[in-house]
Amino acid sequence: MAGPTYKLPKLPYAYDALEPSISKQIMELHHSKHHQTYITNLNKALETSATALSQGKLQDSAAQLSAIRFNGGGHINHSLFWENLAPSSSPDAKSDAAPKLLAAITSTWGSLDKFKEVFAAALLGIQGSGWGWLVKEAVTGQLRIVTLANQEAVVVGDTPIFGVDMWEHAYYLQYLNGKAAYVENIWKVINWKTAEARYTGAREDAFKVLKANM
Amino acid sequence: MPIRLPTASLRSAGHAARGAMGTRPASAVGGITFARGKATLPDLAYDYGALEPHISGKIMELHHKNHHQTYVNGLNSALETIEEAKAKGNDAAAASVAPLLNFHGGGHINHTLFWENLAPANKDGGGEPEGALKKSIDEDFGSFQTLQKQMNTALAGIQGSGWAWLVKDKSAGTLQVVTRPNQDPVTGNYVPLLGIDAWEHAYYLQYQNRKAEYFSAIWNVINWKTVAGRLEKA
Ligand SMILES: [Fe+2]
Ligand SMILES: [Fe+2]
Repeated sequence: MAGPTYKLPKLPYAYDALEPSISKQIMELHHSKHHQTYITNLNKALETSATALSQGKLQDSAAQLSAIRFNGGGHINHSLFWENLAPSSSPDAKSDAAPKLLAAITSTWGSLDKFKEVFAAALLGIQGSGWGWLVKEAVTGQLRIVTLANQEAVVVGDTPIFGVDMWEHAYYLQYLNGKAAYVENIWKVINWKTAEARYTGAREDAFKVLKANM
Repeated sequence: MPIRLPTASLRSAGHAARGAMGTRPASAVGGITFARGKATLPDLAYDYGALEPHISGKIMELHHKNHHQTYVNGLNSALETIEEAKAKGNDAAAASVAPLLNFHGGGHINHTLFWENLAPANKDGGGEPEGALKKSIDEDFGSFQTLQKQMNTALAGIQGSGWAWLVKDKSAGTLQVVTRPNQDPVTGNYVPLLGIDAWEHAYYLQYQNRKAEYFSAIWNVINWKTVAGRLEKA
């Protein structure tokens, strides 16, 4: 019972395209090693789980759930992350590429600057590895900031607008223990065009990169 | 309201902090140093470069001087907030600090134990456990090699940041390998004997994503004398 296997999506820009906010070395390791490892381990866990199920061994299938959740989350989070970043020289990296989202942010937090302040505080408050996301709530359609531990992913209901990876591997080679500077500089490479599309589009579309890489 | 502090040593130190903030001279409780009622960064017993080539001097310096110091500062600030909340009888404000106290208090305890259970490879580091420690390991794991394998499997299996520990289970009297997420300290029924930091900051500058190489290299700088001493007192 062979299910789908997942593949590493191509970055929509070169490894050095986010410099100086994120160094080429970080991007290369992060994409070609870390993200690839999540995919490799996800495929392995999915296969083991499916094989066990097909043999009627529910217990062996269930034993893979933690690995599927963690590595599947890692694959989803990183896939969304690459797409919600853009070179700072690109027009996509300007917040006016997201007029509707910006209006909603302003009406929610008062101003873009205030939102950035609250979002940054949430990112810096994460204890251990994790992610911060701006999401659109399923029921109310309202914007909300959420932080998730490790590789937990926004997979139930809400629509992820953009996320920031707060694992140490995302910034350590360049910023060392200075994660506040990483958070400050990541604003320069947020892809507001992607953010607008996720905000205004169908929830399913935010995840289309996963389907495109199977 | 009572605040549950992570370990016995911190608990008694916490009393000192609450009772004599700013008046008590430096004291050491179970390897945790408090000066004038405040947690302080302990000195390393070796130079930053002394664990090379297994752990680089740059990693050791940042890890000790910056990361550990941040936990010390966070712990002191959490204790201060509790102190203020107590003075005002504000239980809710005191309770709200619990996650920070656990995180920074745990970070301080874990790193303090970690520095002490490491040593340069040409001094007390590496080799194999001896005496009563060896006997316990052989009894509970079958062999030292099996323990190493279990520790390395546990380290590799941590999803996110965390630690792996060799502990003594007080009620069962046996040794065990456990993991803790983030900076959760080893408490309760377990006595920590040997801790290995699996946060990315512990190895990334030298090993990047090749964390298995770090997990295998660190055995060259484990201070078995420290581990044996902890078992003796456990
Ligand atoms: Fe990452
Ligand atoms: Fe650490």
